[in-house]
Formats: sequence, structure tokens, C-alpha cells
Amino acid sequence: MSTLSPVDLPNSYIGRSVARPGLARLTQGRGEYVSDLALPRMLQVVFLRSPYAHAEIVAIDTSDALKMPGVVRIVTGRELAEHCTPWVGVLTHLKGLKSAPQHALAVDHVQWQGEPVVAILARSRAEAEDASDRVYVEYREIDPVVEMFSAAEPGATPIHADLGDNIAFERRLDAGDVDAAAAASDHVISQRFVFGRHTGVTLEARSIVADWNRAEQRLTVHLGNQAPHMIQNIVAKHLALEEQQVRVLTHDVGGSFGIKVHIYPDEMAVCALARMLGRPVKFFADRLESFVSDIHARDHVLDGRIGVKNDGTITFFEIDDITGIGPFSVYPRTSAVEANQVVNLTGGNYAVPNYRARTRVVFQNKTPTCQYRAVGHPIACSVTEGLVDLAARAIGMDVVEIRRRNLVPDDAYPCSGPSGIRFEALSHQASLEKLLQMMDLPALHADQEEARRRGVHRGIGFASFIEITNPGPAFYGVGGAKISSQDGATVKLDASGAVTVQSSISEQGQGSAAIIAQVTATALGVPLARVRVILGDTDNTPYGGGTWASRGAGIGGEAAFQAGRALRDNILKLAGTILQADPTSLDIRAGSVVDEVDGRERLPLSELARIAYFRPDTLPADFQSELMATRHFVPREYGFAFTNGIQASYLEVDTETGFIRLLKHWVVEDCGQPINPQLVDEQVRGGVVQGLGAALFEQCRYDDQGQMINANMADYLVPMAGEMPDIEVGHIITPTKESAIGAKGAGEAGTAGAAACVANAVNDALAPFGVVITEIPLTPEVVLNALRHV
Amino acid sequence: MIDISLTVNGERVSACVLPRTHLVDFLREELCLTGAHLGCEHGVCGACTVRLDGEIVRGCLVLAVQADGSVVETVEGLSDSGEIADLQQAFIDRNALQCGFCTPGMLIASQDLLKAGGVPSREEIREHLSGNYCRCTGYHAIVDAVEATAKAREAAR
Repeated sequence: MSTLSPVDLPNSYIGRSVARPGLARLTQGRGEYVSDLALPRMLQVVFLRSPYAHAEIVAIDTSDALKMPGVVRIVTGRELAEHCTPWVGVLTHLKGLKSAPQHALAVDHVQWQGEPVVAILARSRAEAEDASDRVYVEYREIDPVVEMFSAAEPGATPIHADLGDNIAFERRLDAGDVDAAAAASDHVISQRFVFGRHTGVTLEARSIVADWNRAEQRLTVHLGNQAPHMIQNIVAKHLALEEQQVRVLTHDVGGSFGIKVHIYPDEMAVCALARMLGRPVKFFADRLESFVSDIHARDHVLDGRIGVKNDGTITFFEIDDITGIGPFSVYPRTSAVEANQVVNLTGGNYAVPNYRARTRVVFQNKTPTCQYRAVGHPIACSVTEGLVDLAARAIGMDVVEIRRRNLVPDDAYPCSGPSGIRFEALSHQASLEKLLQMMDLPALHADQEEARRRGVHRGIGFASFIEITNPGPAFYGVGGAKISSQDGATVKLDASGAVTVQSSISEQGQGSAAIIAQVTATALGVPLARVRVILGDTDNTPYGGGTWASRGAGIGGEAAFQAGRALRDNILKLAGTILQADPTSLDIRAGSVVDEVDGRERLPLSELARIAYFRPDTLPADFQSELMATRHFVPREYGFAFTNGIQASYLEVDTETGFIRLLKHWVVEDCGQPINPQLVDEQVRGGVVQGLGAALFEQCRYDDQGQMINANMADYLVPMAGEMPDIEVGHIITPTKESAIGAKGAGEAGTAGAAACVANAVNDALAPFGVVITEIPLTPEVVLNALRHV
Repeated sequence: MIDISLTVNGERVSACVLPRTHLVDFLREELCLTGAHLGCEHGVCGACTVRLDGEIVRGCLVLAVQADGSVVETVEGLSDSGEIADLQQAFIDRNALQCGFCTPGMLIASQDLLKAGGVPSREEIREHLSGNYCRCTGYHAIVDAVEATAKAREAAR
């Protein structure tokens, strides 16, 4: 490896905010999303979904529907089950996790409102929708299990009789000595925290086109998705195909955020239907069915406890968590990971060894939940930071000061958190100080006081956080799921001297292609414009995990960097042969081979490629050029590259209406070496706003019969431009030593801490009223109830 | 089926459509103009925003038959004419798009504001774009790009 750090290399694009490739295409409406795709002979499928949260299917009558114009085929769960085997969403390392077999279309029973029951295939979507009105399904309703505490009660009716009860998973952790720490505390504070259930609302709903070619015996799956190789594996497995009979292409993906990284029954049905009919089948979810069929997330209630001494020392954290996950653990990543993360992460930013936790993951008849951006992080962060503020209040200490005293010191690394998570190097203290520089706290306090005198209630809230990035096999691979944690890149110098990179990570708009291009151009020493990136096609990329859990830059980027360095070595060997020079005396800069010492151009890469490809006869007989190199990478030393940061919110609470107006938001985060600082900032900002949506607006509201009552975009509120503040982003840079490029992830930092600092700011604003709110979303109703104005 | 004639991106188009066909479905499926996107199909998200006789409309709330005799402009047309080239470049420079699915609608709505002239405040930009949802960017970069374009156009005036 070069002794120069990547950022110091000549012509480095690492650390530079260059524009992403492909953006002109998207701004001109020339994106190619799966929802845009139309293939010859393609059929559209519409799914009739269960109107009940829990019912037995008594009979299905499709005879009238089959007579409707344009209808080609109608398929029920029983018929489809002969073509697609069911699955069970468990992982062996989550000990005790259980779930029931789940079919692509419901067989005999429906378990949530929105579960697909019948597939109607027609020449157009409108015709299929018309026909779906004429499919008659007779149901026998069963009392739904909706509320998670009662679902968890001993003796509660189990949703799946075979499983015995509704507890899918339970984990306990006890570190240090919480009881002794509590006894030694001057104050012990208990507080319940409530986190609403929300969902991702990708602007492009889930869309898939599956195409079975009978002649080639091959299924091509066009699917807006984050993990194409995972999809390939699972589609093949449940359709009884070899993996090489399945090709998955992602195309442009209209937003994902973790929504499009799971196995959905309707998408599996589309693959099976395409094979049954031998022609392309398209499903593009409409927004109403997205709300009840996309995975939901969060839906946790935690009882938290914290101990503190009068000098500000935090003595322990304790949480008792419960979460409702719907009727199935989602395949293959499972629905126990969020709860597991809550246990892993809570209190992890503080030097507090005493920690006790329990989580219970409970089945219920609602839409399944699974991993969505910042899995578990907003919950762990909100509980931790909410408790810290309450501790500060109990002893009359400033909320910044209590953090300064208790956050893990920057010189303590490497070290471990109380749950056993290992930290290579974090920067909590430096991040806090940087944040304070950015926000001018004395001026804010003065403004707050001045507003208070006018009867206007403004608040300042802080939230320090840790973020899991660059996961190794500990997430899924060790539990038996075939979800790769390593990624690969192949870098090729073509005959014109241009460069193509094929990478196994995928793009959903975060800038994966840009990152791959930047590190490759840097590793090779070529202009960025000479690099083309290919992603999202299992036929044309190395095998790898894809893009999720903030891993694309740190893992996929390092693979591309190493592949670029390997190709550079090959090029220099060839150049040395051509120039009769020692390869170590040469370098590649700006697309030409140069003398390493004085930078004098010796050979443009276009000329080198011409010789290699067209005049190899001029090279020595025993020399074979290799102008394509592949490398793979997975971090080995640490299971995860933890990152850290801190956020702050300034806001105003209208105590008459309960409305919250966000005035400003600040973030300092440390993702190691940023490859493209602009992209990092925009990941942070976008993540913050998703967290603010959860904090203020977003909630899947259910009635006591398990019916989602706001399953449309007018009633389910997401953040709009007019409600969001400007967001200032700053950085501390602590590169990971696990890789040459030193990059950690940045995609989930914003979401991790946004709700926590907003809640703390609301409580700061409402401090004169003696009100503490620890429930999100912080709707006007919640605020007014707390103020007892309702 | 109903016969309609309209002008789409400067080209005259005659077609026969079902009365229930939405304008956006007509554009996407009949004319293969897939720049207008389907985000919600109930008039909330703004991803299907197009221009109808100079005014921005939601393609999912207008029927194709209502566009009979009208002039329709989509992001493809505004791109080819160069009308929003500076705004598109500002979006690229500022990374004011991530997945890009909202972007055609966002650009057309932004141009609607910019056409009025002057330099709108950030609050005015945010207000004007509040009918266009973006789930990726958090809006800050979009506001920056629109503001930068307004300033550049004002300076060039």
C-alpha cells in the first residue's frame, strides 16, 4: 500500500465535493425507474388485499372477475403456493426468535389489513383494478390482537397457535451493578417514552417487473431495491431455481431508506406469476396500499431509569422496551433487529458501565415492521438523551455541562460500551465543543429569555448519538441469512484509456456512484470524467451486500479503492515494460503515466491501452498485460465502525395551539474521512428531516380493530418545505484505521438524533409549565394534552 | 373513447382516450413522457406536476380530456427548450436531488415561482414548494438551488 494517505495523493478526489454523475439525466426527467418500465407482452398485476386485521378466508369467487375486460388470469394463495414456497423470518444468532411461515399470498388466514390475498392480472392496471372489485372473498372475522402490551400478556390468544404465545423475541442484558449504582445515586428518575409507528413513504412506491424467459429458463427481476444479490438468492430459493437463473436489476430507485431492502410477499408473488405465465408482469404499488404493505418501523414503548449524583455523575441507565412488529418477523432480516439495536445502543455514548435492559418483541395484527433508516437509533438516542436531560434537571445542572462530564472522553479509545459494543475511535467531546461554536449558545439563551418576556416559549435541545455503520457479518451472515457483508469492485481500463468500475453496492440517490467514481479515480490517478460506474445488476457486478446500514462508502468504497490500486500496479508494470523503466519510478497522474519524481508525462493511458489491446506483439513474449482488477473488502477488526455526533434544535412551542415551529437545527457528525463532503452534508440533512418527520408528524394510526385509519398521503403527514428549518452541518474527522480510505458511514446520523433533540427542546420550552413530554410524534394534541389545555 | 387534440412540448398530438384517463397516465403511457412521476395519485405529493396552458397542475388531478385543445409542457419539454437549464444546473451543483423522483415536479414548481421575477425569500421559496414532497434532501439544498438561480437571473437582468 502507498505510504501516502489517499487524501494526499496527487489528483485526489477524496474529500472533494464534486457533482454526482447522472444528475443531469434525473433533472431532465430521463431517469429510468422501474415504475417507468414497459416491456413487450407485459401484464399488470393488482393485489386484492385483506380488509380485516385478522380473519379466516372461507371462500374466494373469481368467476365474475374473470369475465371482465382485459383480465388474463386471477391467482389465489392456494394456487400460488404451488409455485412459491413460504418463508420464516428468523436468524439463529437472535436466540429464541420465532416466527410463522409466511406465504406470498395469504392461504386460509389473513393476519393484517393489507395482506395480499388474490392477484388479478390484466392488460392494464385500470382493468385489473376494475376486475378486483368483482373478486368476492368471504371472510370469517377473528378478534385481532392489536395492542402490544395485552398481546404480550401470559394467556393472550396467540396469533399463531403453533408458536404458543405472541412473544417473538426477548433479550435481557445486565452490565455492571445497576442496583448498587441506584443505591449510590442522589437521584433516580423514571420516565416512560413512547415512539409512534411510522413508515418510509418513498416517493416512488415499490415497483417490480419480473420476466420469465421460457427459452432461456431465466427470470429477470427489475426491482427498485438496495440489495440485488440478496433478492437473487431468495427469489431463486423460493421459486426452486438456481441463483444463476435469476438476474436482478435495480435501475434508478425513487427513494428507499430501508423500505426496499426486504422481501415483500407481493413482490415474491410477481416473480412466481411471471414464471407461471411466461411473460413480464409488473406491479407498481399505489400509495394507499403502500401505507399498509410497506414495512413500518419503531412502535416502541420504553420505561427508562437513570441515576445521577449531585456532582453530575450519571450512575446507571436502565430500559424496559416493548415493540409490536405485526404478525410476522420480516424475511430475511427479521423484525427483532430494531429492538436488539435499542438494547445495544442505549447509553453507549456515556462512560457509564452500569446498564440493565430488557426488550420484548411482540406479534400483533398490524402491518409488519422491520429495518428502516437508523434502525433502533432514534429510540435509543431519545431515551438516553431524554433521561440525561431529566437527570440534569433533577440536580439543577446545565444540560451541556452534564454531557461534558459524562460523554466518553475522546482519549478513552479503543473502548467498549456497556452493552459490549466496541468503539475504535469517537469524538463526542470534540463534537460537542464544535457544536457550541456553531450555534452561539449565549445568543440563543438571550433570545430565549427575551421571547419568554413576550410570552413566547422557545427551547433549545441537545442530543448526542452513536451510529452503527460498515457492518460486518455480525448483523445477518452469522445468523444464517445469505446477505453478504463484503463488497467487491472490478476496475477496467478500456481500449481508449477510459475506466469502468463495476461495484456491488447500489444507488438510491445517496451518491453511491459518485463515491465509487471518486475513490477509483483517486486510486488510479485519472480524471473523474474518465470513470464510468456500473451498479445494481447481478449479471454485471461483483457479488456483494448492496447499500444499507451506512455501508456503501466504507465497504464498497474501500473495495473500489483497492481494485483501483491493483489496476494501477498492473498499469505501471505495463508502462515500465513499454518505457523500459522501473515501475516504482512511475506514477499515474491526470490520466497519464508520469515520472514519479518530476511529474513529466511519459505515456498517456490511451496510448498504453492502445499498445496493450492492439499491439501486444510489441511487448515481450513473456509479458501479459492485465488491465482489469477486482478486489473485495470487509472490515475484520471491528464488527461495526461506530460513528458519533451531536445535534441541537431551536424551536418555538405555541402553548395555545400546541404547534411547534422549528427555528434552526445544527448537526456535528464524525463519519471518518468524508469522500464527498457535500454528499455527507446532504445525507445528514435528509436524515435529520426524516427524523423530524417522526418527531412531529408521521404516525401510522390504528383503531382498536387493527385498521390503519390514515393510510393516505393527505392524512399521513410528512415534512413539507415550509415546515422545515435550515440545517447547519459541521464535522469532526476521525478516520477508521480499518481501511485505506478511512471512511465510515453517514446515512443515518441525521435520523438518529433529530427527534431526541427536538423533544428535549420542547421540554426546555415548556420548562416554566413543569411539563415533560416523552412521546413522539409531538402533535399539537400531545402538546396540549400535556399542558392540560384540552 | 374520446378524441382529443393538444400540444405537448410543442408537438401537436391527437389521440383517443378513455374518459377516465388521467393526464399524467396519458403522458407517461401513451406518449412515453415518463418525466412526470406518480407519487401518490391523489393530488398531494406534486411528483406529477406539469404545466397546462402556462399554469402548474397535478397530472393526477387532471383528466386527459380536460387537456383537449390545451398546451401541455413537461420536464422533457422544458429541458429541450433550455428554459430551465440554469435551474437544473443549480440543482446539480447544489446536490438538490438525491433519488430524483420528485425533481421534475420540483423543478417545474420552482420555475413557476422564479418566472414571477425578483429574488424570493427562503421562506417564500419554502412556502411555494410546500406542495412538492421530497423525502431525500430535507429541502435545504433545494431552497439553496432555487435561491441561487433567482439571484443569478436577477443579476443578469
